[in-house]
Amino acid sequence: MSDFQTALELRDAIAAQHCSSTQAVQQMLNRIEQVDPTVGAYLSIFADRAIQDAKRIDQKIAAGQPVGPLAGVPVAVKDNLCTTFGTTTCGSKMLEHFVAPYNAHVIERLQAADAIIIGKTNLDEFAMGSSTENSALRKTVNPWDSSRVAGGSSGGSAAAVAAGLCAASLGSDTGGSIRQPASFCGVTGLKPTYGRVSRYGLITYGSSLDQIGPLTRDTADAALLMNIIAGHDSRDSTSASESIAVKPDYLADLKQPINGLRIAVVPTLNAGAEASVQNAIEEALKVYQSLGAERIEITMPHFDYAIAAYYVIATAEASSNLARFDGVHYGYRSPNAGNYIEVYSKSRDEGFGPEVKRRIMLGTFALSSGYYDAYYVKALKVRNLIRQDFVKAFEKADCLMLPVSPTTAFKIGEKTDDPLQMYLADIYTIAVNLAGLPGLSVPCGFDAKNLPIGLQIITNAFTEDKLLRIGQMYQSVTDWHKRNLPL
Amino acid sequence: MNHQIDRQLVERAALLSRLELSESEIAQFSTQLSAIVEYIEKINTLHTEHVEPLAHCLPVHNVLRADEPRGSLSNAEALANAPDTIDGYFKVPKILDDNSGA
Amino acid sequence: MSLNYNIIVGLEIHVQLATRTKMFCGCELEFGQPPNTRVCPVCLGMPGALPVMNKAAVEAAILTGLALNCTISRFTKWDRKSYYYPDLPKNYQISQYDLPLAENGYIEIPLEDGTSKKIRIRRAHLEEDAGKNTHTLGNFSAVDLNRAGTPLLEIVTEPDLNSPSEVRQLAQELQRIVRYLGVSEADMQKGHMRFEPNVNLHITQDGQVFKTPITEVKNLNSFRALERSIACEVNRQLDEFLATGKTLQIGNKSTYGWDDVNQMTVLQREKEEAHDYRYFPDPDLVPVAVSDEWLSRIASRLGELPLAMQQRFVRDYGLSDYDAQVLTAEKSTAVFFDAAVRCGAQPKRICNLLTQTGLKLANEKQTTVDALGISPGRLAALANMVEAGQISATSATVIFETMTQTDEDPAQIAEQKNLLQKNDAGEIEALIEQVIWENQKAVSDAKSNPKKAKKAMGFLMGQVIQKSKGQANPKIVAELLNRKLMA
Ligand SMILES: [Mg+2]
Ligand SMILES: [Zn+2]
Repeated sequence: MSDFQTALELRDAIAAQHCSSTQAVQQMLNRIEQVDPTVGAYLSIFADRAIQDAKRIDQKIAAGQPVGPLAGVPVAVKDNLCTTFGTTTCGSKMLEHFVAPYNAHVIERLQAADAIIIGKTNLDEFAMGSSTENSALRKTVNPWDSSRVAGGSSGGSAAAVAAGLCAASLGSDTGGSIRQPASFCGVTGLKPTYGRVSRYGLITYGSSLDQIGPLTRDTADAALLMNIIAGHDSRDSTSASESIAVKPDYLADLKQPINGLRIAVVPTLNAGAEASVQNAIEEALKVYQSLGAERIEITMPHFDYAIAAYYVIATAEASSNLARFDGVHYGYRSPNAGNYIEVYSKSRDEGFGPEVKRRIMLGTFALSSGYYDAYYVKALKVRNLIRQDFVKAFEKADCLMLPVSPTTAFKIGEKTDDPLQMYLADIYTIAVNLAGLPGLSVPCGFDAKNLPIGLQIITNAFTEDKLLRIGQMYQSVTDWHKRNLPL
Repeated sequence: MNHQIDRQLVERAALLSRLELSESEIAQFSTQLSAIVEYIEKINTLHTEHVEPLAHCLPVHNVLRADEPRGSLSNAEALANAPDTIDGYFKVPKILDDNSGA
Repeated sequence: MSLNYNIIVGLEIHVQLATRTKMFCGCELEFGQPPNTRVCPVCLGMPGALPVMNKAAVEAAILTGLALNCTISRFTKWDRKSYYYPDLPKNYQISQYDLPLAENGYIEIPLEDGTSKKIRIRRAHLEEDAGKNTHTLGNFSAVDLNRAGTPLLEIVTEPDLNSPSEVRQLAQELQRIVRYLGVSEADMQKGHMRFEPNVNLHITQDGQVFKTPITEVKNLNSFRALERSIACEVNRQLDEFLATGKTLQIGNKSTYGWDDVNQMTVLQREKEEAHDYRYFPDPDLVPVAVSDEWLSRIASRLGELPLAMQQRFVRDYGLSDYDAQVLTAEKSTAVFFDAAVRCGAQPKRICNLLTQTGLKLANEKQTTVDALGISPGRLAALANMVEAGQISATSATVIFETMTQTDEDPAQIAEQKNLLQKNDAGEIEALIEQVIWENQKAVSDAKSNPKKAKKAMGFLMGQVIQKSKGQANPKIVAELLNRKLMA
């Protein structure tokens, strides 16, 4: 297939009745049937439901009735977003058969926008990982090279967009889980400001870090999806109200370039990436400079401590958030449990995969008496220092640009034996979550193996509109995001 | 501080988090968690006496809800995912101790 | 050998707040519903569901804190307390750890000798209740989560209580206070108030002081059980000390339950288990800041507290301590009484009418005295009629009852029912003359037989009143009869 349509293009085509939603959905389902056995992006597909929904939208359009901003467009959502239809598995044996009694806020918003949810995508179990290899239910590969990982934890969502198995998708990002797979799969991924998108119905990994965001073909699609999913929700205490940050129209001024854009770069940081990545970032910066942007070199003195702080904070929160999976009220219960204590300990041992258990153990340790101050409280202080680094950076510049990942997509199995090495690869993405900022990944080149490279752009809290405009400036003069798969 | 995550610490964390780990898991976690904690130790090289812990990036407080009913699930919905039920209750093997802590 | 001892008791009290809905979700609080029918994704601890704080619970807690003379924290937060138990769906309880809403207060309790004593309050914090495990006869337990998420105020006193009766007085006084404030129904039978005393003895033996190991007593569901369990523990600890000499050491706190059938404390747990609750701030919730303005708005709801009211009734109205206590047991009675007195009537008369008739009627109708359909003004009028001798005390009861059924004032009713007393001295004198003439023997006894004078006098009184068909004012009869016989 050549020239995948963007969600915006498809929406307009459906609205203009150049094609029907039913056709678009059917084509997509056919393609999924053809390609997904290899890619492994989906954990569940709602073929009948999607066709029914598409027919309903087509009828509405034919009748001239008003429709939502994503009317008839097939989208995919990460399988850690609760839906009353199908299962919500989190890629875990623990929730393999779990049917949520409610829809996540973003699912309601997609439905209200008349989007067609065609399926739910694979992920690292409970969103813990950077390769989607930790899914207990399916293997996802990188559509650019099936011997390589799609990235993670939103690997399924990224691969689905890259392989043209949906027009756009939603993922979640706790330490880079949208941006890194977007970078590995050559798509656009946005992690919004903490509080911008309601977490209600997102199965929690790290409560103070998690954000839902779009994975799309380009920044315009990301803006379109943000228009739908962003905004206050009274069911999430950490959802930003209008008094904190007004929700703008992300699409409205998207094509307006930013005059006198000041870009901060951290040379010492970039030096940590492999050469092909460094070069691609340098080339991207030159593109911006050619558009009139100014490059400012800065330091981020505490960036280096981000991974350490993150793996304390995220795992501490996770150890508590995942305590509820106990085989009592829902989820997997071990058939080997003799007494009620074993219902807990055996169900959890058998229901969780090794990475989840590792993080629960680490987080439990960090919160336990005698270690709380040295690890948990200390990490929160470091978090503050990291945020202050960003505050200082944004006094000098409009945005910060750096790689998404030090490498392109790595080989499947390459890092599974050494969890620490896997964690260390999150160096560029994690600080953004700790500081609660928005971060965008846009394709900015390919390495010698024809694997996509991502440029990461970070701006101040609640300035996703500006962030998307900066991304759009780049995509309006480059075509990396339009490159098609060698299929 | 330098904490080797020895077997005892692993067993304690496993007990607290209700994970019945196998022998090989305990051994593996001892090694892996030691390496991770050793790496994490680097945060303790920073001076943070005058730094406030930042638990949350959002500068908000007093998110409060009016005391108004919002409806509940039916008993069938509430128990739909339960591994075992009896007469509208969640069913578990007999609880012999009293570890209620509220 | 000389031996004496002091009883040392501190209390932990859980008070269920009378909000309409639960602490973090919109489920209604209704006692006695079918199991698991007042539950939702939030209070079931479903994955992805998020808590949002009930404002009414915070205000009720602050109000109670103020009534207990506490300092209210101007900044507080929610913490997670982790432990695994089937009635705790998230396997952590949302509570408050290092920043309780209220601290360092005291409660003044009335003692049996009419004096009062101040018991220091260490802290009062908000937390959510767990569900209920039912232990069946079969080889399983059944879990109902209707109660899970109910707001509780946990109040902790200093160990300032020194006798079983003081403990009961505190419990009852607290019940009276929370009912006055309207923050709890405080129904012991419904588990609205749960007490956990910590008991030990300071024994002085041959000039040396020994402290016995502290025991905590659980499962106390009445004031009587609370009082008796402490008396039991005192004896048990004394016996144990004399038999073993065991004294207080770190870690040898044990837990006892109360066996209501055998009226004794029963050992449940020998040693405090190695609990590690891993408290940390709940990242799904945001802190609470209490402004001056908010605090004063809550404080304006305080009103006069029961003990202060009781003391005022004794001081200003000349009531006995007993009467004042009966009247202030319920706020509605006390307020109604006070209003009637302010309408201009003699307090003791109002008190008698309310305690002898009003409370009885209210009890029969299962309502409160202020809801009997009588205004404080009419009650005052009734009291004044008794005071002026227009009606007898017996008639007052009849009129009181009638007033609850009709909308007439007491004078009208008295007239209709022919209950007005004869106060006309001439008329009564004529009756007296007649009685004296007919009862010469009694007259002579009354006049000159000291042994029989009192009885004879009573007989003559009765004869006169009988002749008046009960309408002669006894006061006037006595006065005139006395004068006649002395003449
Ligand atoms: Mg408690
Ligand atoms: Zn609920």
